[in-house]
Amino acid sequence: MLRSRIIPCLLIHDDGLNKTELFKPGKYVGDPLNAVKIFNEKEVDELIVLDIDNTVQGKSPNMEVIQSLANECRMPLCYGGGITTVEQAVHIISMGVEKVALSSAALADFSLCDKIAAVIGKQSVVVVLDVKKARWGKGYNVFTHNGTKKHPNKLDVLLEEISNHEVGEVVLNAIDNDGQMCGYNYELSDLATTKLNIPVTMLGGASSYNDIKSLIARHKIIGAAAGSLFVFKGRLKAVLINYPNREERKKLYHK
Amino acid sequence: MIGILDYGAGNVQAIARIYNNLRIPNKLIKSTSDFEGVEKLILPGVGSFDAVVSKLNESGLKERLSELVLVEKIPVFGICVGLQIMAKSSEEGTLPGLGWINATVKKFKLPSEYHVPHMGWNTFSVSGTNEIFNGTDNEFGFYFVHSFYFDLDEEVDSTARTTYGIEFTSAIRKGNIVATQFHPEKSHSNGVTLLKNFAVQDIC
Repeated sequence: MLRSRIIPCLLIHDDGLNKTELFKPGKYVGDPLNAVKIFNEKEVDELIVLDIDNTVQGKSPNMEVIQSLANECRMPLCYGGGITTVEQAVHIISMGVEKVALSSAALADFSLCDKIAAVIGKQSVVVVLDVKKARWGKGYNVFTHNGTKKHPNKLDVLLEEISNHEVGEVVLNAIDNDGQMCGYNYELSDLATTKLNIPVTMLGGASSYNDIKSLIARHKIIGAAAGSLFVFKGRLKAVLINYPNREERKKLYHK
Repeated sequence: MIGILDYGAGNVQAIARIYNNLRIPNKLIKSTSDFEGVEKLILPGVGSFDAVVSKLNESGLKERLSELVLVEKIPVFGICVGLQIMAKSSEEGTLPGLGWINATVKKFKLPSEYHVPHMGWNTFSVSGTNEIFNGTDNEFGFYFVHSFYFDLDEEVDSTARTTYGIEFTSAIRKGNIVATQFHPEKSHSNGVTLLKNFAVQDIC
């Protein structure tokens, strides 16, 4: 039986790993390659690595860094941050990355996803949506550029649009929950899993393996991603890379 | 010597790295002269069916590859779309496959609660004996990411079956041909065991 995916999400900022809070740079949590090595040993299901500097600084993906990450990863890797062209996406996949994550470039023009999918296959095209509950009115707003630019369309409209394009997975990143370790936003996961017929991965808010268990129990099959949970330990957030072992994971899956 | 086909449509580095760590001699095959001295082949494949088939056609490797596999019967291991292009055709594209196996590649048509692509870790059950799975942990399974599946139209020596809404063929063994829908190069210790078995076992 297919298992839900439990996915650490690592953010690159100033060449190191950073754990943001409410989308603001926070604590330095170490060297990306070193983290990958530890996650290899822990046999993680998948890994998401997002460079949060590229889009805001107008930089292209750093292919050297991605190559070294891909070489090290013994698990499927999803890379995002600054991808704006088909060529970049194809180059990244050719280096041994399984999936490319697009956000601002896809939101500017979803046909980019179709063009990329025509070469690498739709299963490798991921759209990341950074979302925040609307302050006025209903629904959720979608942001790009690390939460600073609001997209004119609301989340439900964009999910509808994504269904009409060649996208293999959507990662929903709840800005309000980022670094807060307050649990996943089920209103969001319910909305995304009913609107979409492609895999959905939730990110933002996980504080314990129990939060992951609850999310999986609710949706049976889902991607449960987390940042803080897998890099911090304890109330004072000491940096310690962790991940449930095979036995612990068995208890988290839907029966 | 294991030859890994490097025709621009697969994760060759991850496979080479696993073999390097196992101290199993391997090299990338970029031109026909690279086939020299190779005893077994890995045929990776990532991308849409037509894109992968086109890349193989353009690589200039296809004829010699088919000769080695079908005439000289050297063992070959196809991975993901590397399995799918062994079929005659695919619903994903219009180009013909290699046709090594009497099969077609079909699109998953599943009830709405099954999201497609089939993405993540899944298990399998093996019918017949396939020593290539010796030492792998079925409960831990392998990593899949695909929207199309391999539908056999012939009896082969052994298959592995996986369930996602329907039961489909996730691995095959036909004489010197071994292939998996899942990604051993991204499946931690299970994948390493499988790639090692392919390298050290007698496959014919």
